[in-house]
Amino acid sequence: MNKRFHSVTLEASRCKGCTNCLTRCPMEAIRVRGGRAYIMDERCVDCGECIRTCSYHAKVAMTDDLGIIENFEHRIALPAPSLYGQFYHAKSIAVILEALKYIGFTDVFEVAKGADIATRLLQEELKNPDRPRPLISSACPAITRMIQIKFPTLIPNIVKVKQPMEIAATMARAEYSKKHSVSKDKIGVFFITPCAAKVTAVRNPIGQEKSEVDGVISMLDIYAGVFPILNKVSADENVKIATPYGVGWANSGGESRAANINKTMAVDGIENVAHVLEEIENGRLRDLDYFEGAACSGGCVGGPLTYENKYVARNKVMQLISDLPLERPEDAVPCRVLNSFDFMLDTPIPENYSMQLDEEVSTAMEKMERINEILESLPGYDCGSCGSPTCRSFAEDIVRGYFNITDCIFILRDRLKVMAQQMVDMSNTKRE
Amino acid sequence: MIAESFSVEKGDYLRAGEASTKMKNMLKKLGIGGSVLRRISVAAYEVEMNLVIHSLGGTLSIDLDGDYIWLVSEDIGPGIPDIESAMREGYSTADEIAQGMGFGAGMGIPNMKRNADVFEIESEPNKGTKIKMGFLMGGGKSE
Repeated sequence: MNKRFHSVTLEASRCKGCTNCLTRCPMEAIRVRGGRAYIMDERCVDCGECIRTCSYHAKVAMTDDLGIIENFEHRIALPAPSLYGQFYHAKSIAVILEALKYIGFTDVFEVAKGADIATRLLQEELKNPDRPRPLISSACPAITRMIQIKFPTLIPNIVKVKQPMEIAATMARAEYSKKHSVSKDKIGVFFITPCAAKVTAVRNPIGQEKSEVDGVISMLDIYAGVFPILNKVSADENVKIATPYGVGWANSGGESRAANINKTMAVDGIENVAHVLEEIENGRLRDLDYFEGAACSGGCVGGPLTYENKYVARNKVMQLISDLPLERPEDAVPCRVLNSFDFMLDTPIPENYSMQLDEEVSTAMEKMERINEILESLPGYDCGSCGSPTCRSFAEDIVRGYFNITDCIFILRDRLKVMAQQMVDMSNTKRE
Repeated sequence: MIAESFSVEKGDYLRAGEASTKMKNMLKKLGIGGSVLRRISVAAYEVEMNLVIHSLGGTLSIDLDGDYIWLVSEDIGPGIPDIESAMREGYSTADEIAQGMGFGAGMGIPNMKRNADVFEIESEPNKGTKIKMGFLMGGGKSE
């Protein structure tokens, strides 16, 4: 398993080497060299912001092809609740679930049901007075990775409940195996994802050894197969759907509404989330019980691998929710489920030291002094022409050995001016 | 030895918090993390807000000497007439603007003291206040 696997990758042949992604990466994880971008593996959190901003579609998300499901005799689709928002004309959630069976899946298990279970476990964790406040949601893997890198002091605040996707994968496999008397290894479970971060979370899990998910398929890749048949399939309208609260996890704020607690805050958009995490780190917002941050604006419905406009999708999800019978996760999730499975994260979430200048504090301090000296000589335009997102990061890159000072076009111009003057002076010298 | 200082203006709520953020980012780059960073974050923010709310302006500086990280706040007035009271939890002289923004719970100075390994405060009315806080780099007090 590649420790540094990333779903977000660069299609080098399409990259022009412009500054769109460079200056808008919230992690400052992109550099441009020799006319193309490079993603710094150790800093990228797979938020997908660059996929959205690249005008040339050079930033792509690696997902599994739909064909991967053929590897298993029994294949279960795990649709993220954000999928429901993608089909504006869908009459019900049941119809969407049914349609998935026509594109190759033998069965479907809603991730929203995993969210119902996650809600229950979250409520339990919130009852524990020894856990720090606010507890921070673990649902968005891009945010969890950002905390590992930028806000390591907040790692203890991260909720220890597994992501709904993982809970759903375990439940789907167990139920199917029991119902059809099939051995678990003959069953493949496939998450249908709105984002790249979930792909990385499956290949390279956080807080658990191994993912229960066998493959991750982009919503964009199943859209063409599902859309045309939506009005042709007839669904069993009595099929048991997740609660409106579980489905609501698709939208920003859905977790707090599901947990049914006061003193919560929901923030969407990775930059906005970073600002509020900063406040939490400063010791403000200590009266908050729960903080949910989603890297994508709008929440999962705004994921980079979704088709529908995020506002339209959010509305569609809300409309589908209003058609569901009003049922609380407390009533929908049997205690038997909570008692017979362990859905808590079991490996520690480590700090990520990729921002650190050196392992030795004293060497890091020397480097910091050099960075400050270099920074003094730079113009401070943060233009990105050098290939680094800001003048400060450029100074840091020089000290780290990635760049030379003359990669700054303004410094280069000044030096050329001096050189040109010297040449003029030399050409003017006359023989005595 | 590395030192950096930031000037903080009286009543400048637009930039309030910028200095502590910059200091925090600097410490993260130096590889300072865990409980020390957590305590410094809280103390730095409190002391910076104190400068904005109560002082006539001043500077906030950070200094590393190998053992300790020193956080020093120095202002040009008006000074704290009654330090004893200011050290007490719940005592506050924050004005209405600050209180409207959620400050003024009287936790500022006690909070700094609780988080720092070394805490010194000197103040002279009409002259100014100096707060010096030390944080042991190898860990120090736990919360």
